[in-house]
Order: sequence, then structure tokens, then C-alpha cells
Amino acid sequence: MRYAPCVLILPMSDLITHIVANYNYWIYITLMMIGLYAIIAKNNLVKKIVGMNIFQTAIILFYISIGAKKGATIPIIEHAHGDHGAGSSAVHAIEYINPLPHVLMLTAIVVAVATLGVALALALKVYQQYNSLEEDEILDQIREK
Amino acid sequence: MKILGLIIAVLTGTLLIYTTSDFPSWGDPSSPASTHLSPHYIEKTLEETSVPNIVTAVLADYRGYDTMFETTVIFGAGVACFFLLRVPRRKEPVERLYRHTLTGMTLRIKDLDEVPENLDEFERIDTLWAPYDLIIKTVCRLLIPFIQLFALYVIAHGHHSPGGGFQGGVILGASFILLAVSYDLRTAKERLREKLGGILCAVGVLIYAGTGALCLLLGLNFLDYSALASILHVDPITARSHGILIVEIGVGLAVMATMIWIYDNISSEGKYEEGL
Repeated sequence: MRYAPCVLILPMSDLITHIVANYNYWIYITLMMIGLYAIIAKNNLVKKIVGMNIFQTAIILFYISIGAKKGATIPIIEHAHGDHGAGSSAVHAIEYINPLPHVLMLTAIVVAVATLGVALALALKVYQQYNSLEEDEILDQIREK
Repeated sequence: MKILGLIIAVLTGTLLIYTTSDFPSWGDPSSPASTHLSPHYIEKTLEETSVPNIVTAVLADYRGYDTMFETTVIFGAGVACFFLLRVPRRKEPVERLYRHTLTGMTLRIKDLDEVPENLDEFERIDTLWAPYDLIIKTVCRLLIPFIQLFALYVIAHGHHSPGGGFQGGVILGASFILLAVSYDLRTAKERLREKLGGILCAVGVLIYAGTGALCLLLGLNFLDYSALASILHVDPITARSHGILIVEIGVGLAVMATMIWIYDNISSEGKYEEGL
């Protein structure tokens, strides 16, 4: 493939241009790791749920950036009013961005909302039971029983 | 735990960043994701389904199964919230607050076995009642019909502009949640009863799956909307466009009802008495 080989064997100036060229992935990975850190390290259940949502957002941004094409427009075919494409000029794939990641992420966003709802419901149930959302306090109460 | 989490996050991040060197650069039209299946969708969607918005066509037609089970997941989430949180009406005597609308006097009624429902000069208020806010209530009352109209436009115009069942359904659900936030939960529940919301949620999924089953009955594959041509009296390509609209309406109903359902259950802890 014509993509650049691995970062470590490149000289320094090439490394910097490579980072600049792929900066979008670095942003998503940073965002994703913020979410992962929140899921692992935070003590509060709601903060863990927020971390899960940050993680999902990073994945959504990653997919959307995969679908981008330079100089292309949104995947809605122009000058088409239900004439089945007859009479209009041929549609070229290079003029429109990739619609597939958008479709996948459209459903992923809604599933993210649904999982958020269920997660909040579970957190609410835990709070009703233990009067706390802090993980260590809940574990202490479980051990005492 | 914090240090362990930091180490794990940094290590995973470094590994992931190391792999980005194999990724295509930003906006590359010849990246693997844009070369295999997506050119077919972009070039053939209009002649195969007569829908200009490729995302809508792929969502509801080419990847119809995915979206159908996605809708089922939404429905499942609503049902899960309901079963986790909903508590049956309590038998013990309740304590309620009533406010006399003319004088602003508040009555606290305890140990009430049967609550009178029709009190003309009194309105029921929440225990954590914030003072009557005229501006918020008036603005929301004026805005909500337009929000709902916009939501219907987003659902119906999903073929030609960004939009569709998921987006329109969420906007429609948000308008009801805005009513619950600006007034109180009981006002919103009078407009859309809990039972009706649950039924709408199921009806949305049923419309989607039923359209697929109807295509099956008419002799073609499940969710192959060109089978609807004989019922709708149009050519098979336009029938696919209409079939997409029908399932988008189903998706919109299911998403709207589920959003309201989840909000009601979480905000009132399943009691439906007092919300946020």
C-alpha cells in the first residue's frame, strides 16, 4: 500500500508531518482515552457513565472522519427530484462523501442514548438501595452485610 | 486505582496512536472505506430507490435489517427502564400539596385516602415546587407546536434533506420532555398518557416489522419494498421510496415514545407523581 510505514522508523521531520497529517485520529484517541480513564478510575457511577458517553463520542467522530473525502459534498444527490436519475447526469462517487459511516453512526447515536437511559436507570436503582453513588461506599455496605 | 487507570489509558492510547500510521490520511477518496461498497451506494441509489438522500436509502432499504433491530434495541431500552424503575401505585396514604390559584396559599394534605381529582380553584404542585414562572411557561407553550411541526418535517422530508425517523423522533420526544420540564410531569402525562406512550413505542416497531412481513407476504424478500408496488399502484422503484417513508414513520414513533418513556421513568423514579 502507498500509506506511510510505521512511525518509529521515520526521521523526525517526517514524523512531525505525519502527526500533522493524521491529527484527526490523535484527537479521537485522546478523547477515547479520557473516556476509558473515567470508566476505570472514577469512583462515582454517574461519572463512569459520562466516561462511557465520551468513549462513544470518540468512536462516532472516528467513523465520520473515515467517511470524509476532500472536496466532496454531503451524500444527498443534487438536482434530483424523484426522476429516478433519468435525464440527469451520471453520479460520480468522488463528488459525495462516503454515506456508510453516517448510516452506522446514526444508529449508534440512538443506541448510545438508549444505553445511557438504561445505565441511568440502573444507577438510580443502586442509589435507592444504598443511598450513595460512590463505588467504595457501596462496596463497603455490601461487605458489611 | 487512579494510577492503574492512567497507566492503562496511556498504554492503550500509545498503542492506538502507533497503529494510526497505517491509516489513510484525512479526506483520502481512495481509502479502503470509500472504495468497495460505498461507490455502489452513491452511484446506484437514485436509480434503484429514487431517494436523493443516500443516507436515508442505505439506512432504511439496503441496511433495513440493521435499522429494524436498532429500533428493537430502542424499544428494549424503554422496556428495561420501565421494568427497572416503575413502581405500582402505593397503597399507603399519600401527602400532597395543593396551591390555591387566587391567593397563592399552599395546603399540605396528609393521610388522604382518596384524593379529589376535580378541584377548580386549586392546582396540585410538586413538593419541591419552584415559584410560578410566567416567561418560561409562555415561551415553551408557544414554541412546542413549532418544534413538533419541525419534527414532522424532519421525518417526512428525510428523503430530500438530512433527516429521517431517528432525528425527527428525537425532536418530537424532546418537545414532550420540554413540556414536562417547563410545566410539570403531570401536565405532560395528561397530553400523552403513559399507556399510550408504551403502545406507540410498540406500534412503531410493529410498523417496521409489519412492512417487512407484508413484503414477504407479497412474494418478495423481507423488507424488499418493491413488493409494495402492487398495493400502492406505483412502479417498483417509487414503491421503494414509499416503503422507506413508511418505516421511517415507524422508527419516528418508536424513538419518540421511548425517549419520553425513559425520561418519565428516570425523572420521577418510576412513580409518575412528581418529575423534574
